[in-house]
Amino acid sequence: MISKKAKLITDLKKAVEVPTRNGYGEGIVLAAKKNENVVVLCADLTESTRNEEFKKQFPGRFVQMGVHEQLLAALAAGMALEGKIPFITSYAMFCPGRAWEMVRTNICLNEVPVKIIGSHAGVSVGPDGATHQAIEDIAIMRPIPNMTIIAPADVIEARKATIALLDVDGPCYARFAREKTAVFTTEDTPFKIGRAEVFRDGTDAAIIACGPLVYNALLAAEDLAKKGLDVRVINSHTIKPLDEKTILAAAKECGAIVTVEEHQVTGGLGGAITEYLSQIYPVPILRIGVQNKFGQSGEPKELVEYYGMGVSHIKKAVEEVLRRK
Amino acid sequence: MSHIHDEKLKKLELIANRLRQHVITSVATAKSGHQGGPLGMADIFAALYFHILCHDPKNPGWDERDRLILSNGHICPVRYAAMAEAGYFPIEELKTLRKFGTRLQGHPERLRLPGSETTSGPLGAGLAQAAGMALALKMKKKTPYVYALTSDGEHEAGLHYEAMLFAGKNKLDNLICVVDRNNIQIDGNTEDIMPLEPLRKKYEAFNWHVIEINGNDMEEVVRGFEEAKSVHQMPICIIAHTIPGRGVSFMENNYKWHSQPFKEGEAEQALKELKGIEAKLSAEHR
Repeated sequence: MISKKAKLITDLKKAVEVPTRNGYGEGIVLAAKKNENVVVLCADLTESTRNEEFKKQFPGRFVQMGVHEQLLAALAAGMALEGKIPFITSYAMFCPGRAWEMVRTNICLNEVPVKIIGSHAGVSVGPDGATHQAIEDIAIMRPIPNMTIIAPADVIEARKATIALLDVDGPCYARFAREKTAVFTTEDTPFKIGRAEVFRDGTDAAIIACGPLVYNALLAAEDLAKKGLDVRVINSHTIKPLDEKTILAAAKECGAIVTVEEHQVTGGLGGAITEYLSQIYPVPILRIGVQNKFGQSGEPKELVEYYGMGVSHIKKAVEEVLRRK
Repeated sequence: MSHIHDEKLKKLELIANRLRQHVITSVATAKSGHQGGPLGMADIFAALYFHILCHDPKNPGWDERDRLILSNGHICPVRYAAMAEAGYFPIEELKTLRKFGTRLQGHPERLRLPGSETTSGPLGAGLAQAAGMALALKMKKKTPYVYALTSDGEHEAGLHYEAMLFAGKNKLDNLICVVDRNNIQIDGNTEDIMPLEPLRKKYEAFNWHVIEINGNDMEEVVRGFEEAKSVHQMPICIIAHTIPGRGVSFMENNYKWHSQPFKEGEAEQALKELKGIEAKLSAEHR
């Protein structure tokens, strides 16, 4: 059953679709109104990273960098050292992808509040193909000390997350999707960085997901309920710091876990949960995500299915993990 | 002509000599670290910390201070020496260089040592951060200068050119980049490893104002910085031709002294030579 506290839309199947990157575009304008130190640095992708409205409303706080992703990260560190809160925006493949060492040394070792906004994460980027589909981005950010990592589940949560980045006094990485995905949370759905939310109650197994695939997890759990299985669904939008309390409770109360993310199965949410639980409370875990492969051109939903992250794959994984319980 | 008296010049030369002695002592004590670059840049550090920079050693976070970003973080022994001489921390602390628990890390860390402005070492990233600071200062309508000290070898890193383009576009005339043109890098001479010439034309092509000086001639150093501060609407590059290992005969112009450890007696010999120069300068000074 959908958790009452989650305040999701009543009929999941009737969800409209909007890209999560739009939530960043709305959120950054609100964040800028809230804090005058917010500046946006853009690497020649104003429209596709949804910075047009910010640029219109705050022209003096918008910095056009050109195709310079390493500079984007390093220069932002310099601005942050002077008290600014730079939101640095590009495709996740290029920043943090291309800018990794600048993110580590100039931003994280310096402990400055630069907010990395990575759009076009996941294979659902679609026709652009493997070069532009970031599916290793969480893995390269996760081991860096001081880094907070967030993958919002839909456009509403993306807006809330963007504004909430201001509450973190340090570096953050937030990943967003290019394609339209289901809008299934509401204004009233709780959102706090570092706290995973139980979206569906259940004790037979738990699906812990992040990003737009939380929706697929909910659809899978809904189908499994028809078979008499009560599957808990947790939206772990914050991958670092992991909400260990909620995850440990899921392991103890459900005894079997499936992780779901549009990312390589190594180094991301599945990796984080596996590493954590293996040391403290081992239970059977199966990880849904890209299995050590690169993406390719195709339609977004077609690719999500091809790489094994569809509703049917999640259902199958839950049934399999239950057999190992 | 520069607006500086001979007496002040001599004083700065004496300070530069002391910085060189600190570099030798601290690197010898650490048993590792870099000497060639720091010795070559000692005159520039003396000029900056004792004549050019607007700063307050007792208040390293002072909002109105000039910012000094050391992009080639590995030459930090000379920066640490200058900071100690200026009063940021006790000179005695220089002996902790590179040792466990020290504030004087092998490459500088901002959070450990107030006044070091940023964490640096990986080459090519200093000018980018300095440009970010210069832009933010302009946004805040603040007037301090941002000095970015760079090595010639790090001009092989692509990020440095990204920052050059950006600074030129944004006419960051509060940004002064100093290039330590000592012609050496770890594996050999820069023109053998990856030729940088024509370096001046590179900066000019990126819309920078370029000044060339002998970085081991105190009067030229001071004059170069004074000229830099008179430039408007362009970022400024000072190409400082220096001699790596300057002041120690067996170290000068030998790329191996980028960072090779001293063998027995070498540090003592280096100090002896530097003290000889100090005595000569002191005699002239009187």
